[in-house]
Amino acid sequence: MAPMPDGTQVNMEVLVQGNGIGVRHGRRTILHDVDIAVGRGEIVTLIGPNGSGKTTLVRTLLELERPEHGTVRRTADIRVGYTPQQLSIDRTLPLDVRRFLEMSGKSDPEALTSALENVGAPDVMKQEIRLLSGGELKRVLLARALLREPDLLVLDEPTANVDIHGQIEFYNLIRRIRDERNCGILLVSHDLHLVMSATDRVVCLNGHVCCSGLPDDVSNHPAYLELFGDASAAVAVYSHDHDHHHA
Amino acid sequence: MPDFILYALVAGIGVAVVMGATGVFVVWRRMAYFGDTLAHSALLGVAIGFLAGINVNIGIVGVCLTIAIGMVYLRSQRQLAEDTLLGILAHSSLALGLVSVSFVSALQIDLMTYLFGDILAVTPADIAWVYGGGTVALGVLAWLWKDLVAITVHEDLAQTEGVNVLRTQIAFMTLFALVIAMAMKIVGILLVTALLIIPAAAARRFSRTPEQMAVLAAVAGAMAVALGLQGSLLWDLPSGPAIVVAAALIYVVSIAVPLRRAA
Repeated sequence: MAPMPDGTQVNMEVLVQGNGIGVRHGRRTILHDVDIAVGRGEIVTLIGPNGSGKTTLVRTLLELERPEHGTVRRTADIRVGYTPQQLSIDRTLPLDVRRFLEMSGKSDPEALTSALENVGAPDVMKQEIRLLSGGELKRVLLARALLREPDLLVLDEPTANVDIHGQIEFYNLIRRIRDERNCGILLVSHDLHLVMSATDRVVCLNGHVCCSGLPDDVSNHPAYLELFGDASAAVAVYSHDHDHHHA
Repeated sequence: MPDFILYALVAGIGVAVVMGATGVFVVWRRMAYFGDTLAHSALLGVAIGFLAGINVNIGIVGVCLTIAIGMVYLRSQRQLAEDTLLGILAHSSLALGLVSVSFVSALQIDLMTYLFGDILAVTPADIAWVYGGGTVALGVLAWLWKDLVAITVHEDLAQTEGVNVLRTQIAFMTLFALVIAMAMKIVGILLVTALLIIPAAAARRFSRTPEQMAVLAAVAGAMAVALGLQGSLLWDLPSGPAIVVAAALIYVVSIAVPLRRAA
């Protein structure tokens, strides 16, 4: 039994836990007093507006960034799979999907093939990474993370630049992975509606944790409503968010 | 073949092979201007080496490393855009180098040599330095290779998979400084970047993997040296610039050649 920071008692092994996390970049406070935990077998989704510190929190939990305050505790010997928001591979770097997947440390051809099949991208093995579509790239990134046989899977905006049909498919895939492998999944997302249906717990972030808990509770929480207002309007705004670069 | 041409060819090919293999990372990691900055600062290293009475090559490596570390620090301050920072460092260190050189009477005569290289004046001792340093550089590059490719694709992803990103970056900076010191004598400060990036760019279209591109870049660099020296001999061209012109011609041919489309 482990008490989750939001008070719910959950009967699961905690994989990673952050307590009282505070991060500053220069003079700007990015995060303060953030408590978060991800247990084995659950999907935790981190939502929040642009600049709310989602990526910083993820980087802190991955131990890529040291928090100024608070602690990050990761269960010893767990393997972590991570998919970043985007790659910025220079167009002069010749790199096909096979080679990209091999960077996970696995080079057994059968393992690579089945990883791609598993994420629904069986035909891209010989393609150049930089020529993949947005959706294909997200799947290949996920395949590389899965090849590490992770206990904890951290997915930073895995459905950005993916159309609505693809997003639904992707969330189904993530649920299936959780069911099959019993890993913990930390998901960063903008897709408010879809996320609510695909996740076990939601953490709503805006520099601090505004509210967290079961999806239904969060979507009716005053702090959530204040942050996102009319959720459907927010979705319309976010779906036109073009802060990414087209290849 | 006269000795000095043979020496030039042997030294030039050695330098070009190392620069081609290193240069692919300069292209992939978009460090062309950074390389330029280090090359510009090399003159200051020459002057310091002379003034302090130490080996000039050690002076160059020292100054290049200092500039590289300074660059990493200034970038972390986020005060100025990266290209502005590089511009400040490149031009101020070159100017500081020129000012320092004016204190060293022996160097003033050789200034053109340092700026544009003098491959025809290569001695057997230079060849030993090129091949000794080159062997070390290629060894370090092979040792770093996997991790370097990984951090070129994505630094955070590489780090979560166990790559020590900071150590790899520092090792590559050191390698880079060594390569520039090695190349300066041959092609000169102002043309160093050219031999880092042009052969790598020429290799791109014919490469399917990072390793192929490095090997082809080394080959293209060696061809440029041979062609450039030939031109220099035939038409009495200045040898450093002739090598760079040859590299540019190889690049032009590489983009003009029709390629069979891969299925």
